[in-house]
Amino acid sequence: MVNERTILAGFGGQGVMLMGQLLTQAGMIEGKEVSWLPSYGPEMRGGTANCGVIVQTEPISSPVVEGNATSEIMMNTPSLDKFEKDLVPGGKLLINSSLISKKASRDDVEAYYIPSSDIANELGDTRIANMVMLGAFVELTGAVEPESIFQALESRLGLARAHLMDINKQAFARGAACVKEQRN
Amino acid sequence: MAKVLMKGNEAIGEAAIRAGCRYFFGYPITPQSELPEYMSLHLPKAGGVFLQAESEIAAINMVYGASGSGARVMTGSSTPGIALKQEGISYIAGAQLPCVIVNMMRGGPGLGSIQPAQSDYNQSTRGGGGGDYRLLAYAPASVQEMVDYVQLAFDKADEYRNPVLVVGDGVIGQMMEPVEFRATAASDLPPKDWATTGTGGKRPPNIINSLYLDAEELERHNIHLAEKYNRIKENEQRWESVGLEGAELVIVAYGTTARIAKSAMENLNRQGKKIGLLRLITLWPFPEKGFAELDEATKDLLVVEMSMGQMVDDVRIVNEGKRGVHFVGRSGGVIPSTALVEEKILEILERSE
Repeated sequence: MVNERTILAGFGGQGVMLMGQLLTQAGMIEGKEVSWLPSYGPEMRGGTANCGVIVQTEPISSPVVEGNATSEIMMNTPSLDKFEKDLVPGGKLLINSSLISKKASRDDVEAYYIPSSDIANELGDTRIANMVMLGAFVELTGAVEPESIFQALESRLGLARAHLMDINKQAFARGAACVKEQRN
Repeated sequence: MAKVLMKGNEAIGEAAIRAGCRYFFGYPITPQSELPEYMSLHLPKAGGVFLQAESEIAAINMVYGASGSGARVMTGSSTPGIALKQEGISYIAGAQLPCVIVNMMRGGPGLGSIQPAQSDYNQSTRGGGGGDYRLLAYAPASVQEMVDYVQLAFDKADEYRNPVLVVGDGVIGQMMEPVEFRATAASDLPPKDWATTGTGGKRPPNIINSLYLDAEELERHNIHLAEKYNRIKENEQRWESVGLEGAELVIVAYGTTARIAKSAMENLNRQGKKIGLLRLITLWPFPEKGFAELDEATKDLLVVEMSMGQMVDDVRIVNEGKRGVHFVGRSGGVIPSTALVEEKILEILERSE
């Protein structure tokens, strides 16, 4: 029984929308009910981007994730400031601690601090910070199987960029490892 | 066919191509621009024509022309753009031509906002062009339903020789959900023997026209149209009802708002309340038959919309004063929360006790 409502937010270019889409597609591959709803507006490069993803066993009524998020992936400080209130008590909060220096302001949520941008840079590509976070998310929530994320990513990368699978898998594993470490 | 994850706007484009649409004339506008974008890439591959017109007015008149020649044709826009198309839509309805028009509604009036809204209900059901005309108007609530009703819209347009409107809002246009493109049933639609396809020297020319200078002739035309609209009213009402039996209160909504309202309904029913939902799938014809299914126990109706309450009038008409009619909604591009709907329901229930 899965019932995950997630807000993913950051600034344009951090791969927030793609991260949400991979999660959605992974859920679909597993035959779960899924929806992906992006914010849209007069957006600009470097501006904020966010999306709400639902992965659950039961059919989805409202696709809007607002005030009822069971988990959040926050990639920069303005996102954390804006969306922390939308987590339900006991919700899981993943914070990109490479760019967010503050801690969660609520004590009724489970916060994890993942230095995803640093890990991505260490692996040689700053663009894969989103995969580090996704690895952490999947480890933490179990909303989908890692294999489904990889399958979704493979279909998105296509043959021409198939060589990028390896580094993405490494990023994913590093994110998962961070959660394991902090959970203990 | 396996399910694919698609944005609402893109899924509409694919559904239209699969339904045999080969012409798309439009002008980009948020939140439906992914539709012309999809068409510009995929229609030529299907042997069709995509044309970005110089304006919405030009686009709808191109639709008029293509439809007159018997082609399956579509245009899409959002609130202010659909407003610009109204004159052309009236001409197309007057000339009895089939076409499909998509409106991904955004906040208004005027240029309004680019965020989701449902404030074109009156425009969709009453029309903004001149004369006695009606459009069959579908309001799907998911990407899958969007696909299914776009495909059906082309058949219904041909069947009735009438423009069909498919309305959504920014949410349905922008969101991604899994969709399956089902093979459409082989339809026994009449041949388009009225189309301007060339006489080949074998028949008198077909003339596509909406001008009748003889008043009595135009009246006969209007009576003919009215008979057609009555047939549509009789045969094409569609709705979904959930939990009407024994419901104390029934929510009336459509599109995205119906999904939000459904979440509110589920939350309250888990707390032991008895709430039902009547979701409009056709805005016009208004699904009066759905309201005939309401339970005696139902004392109140709550209209939920992303507008200032445009649908309330139609609900009052069909209600004939039997039940309390209430409204809650947000406008300008703000999406109502499930909490707002729940609060309103509890307030109504408390008052009627």
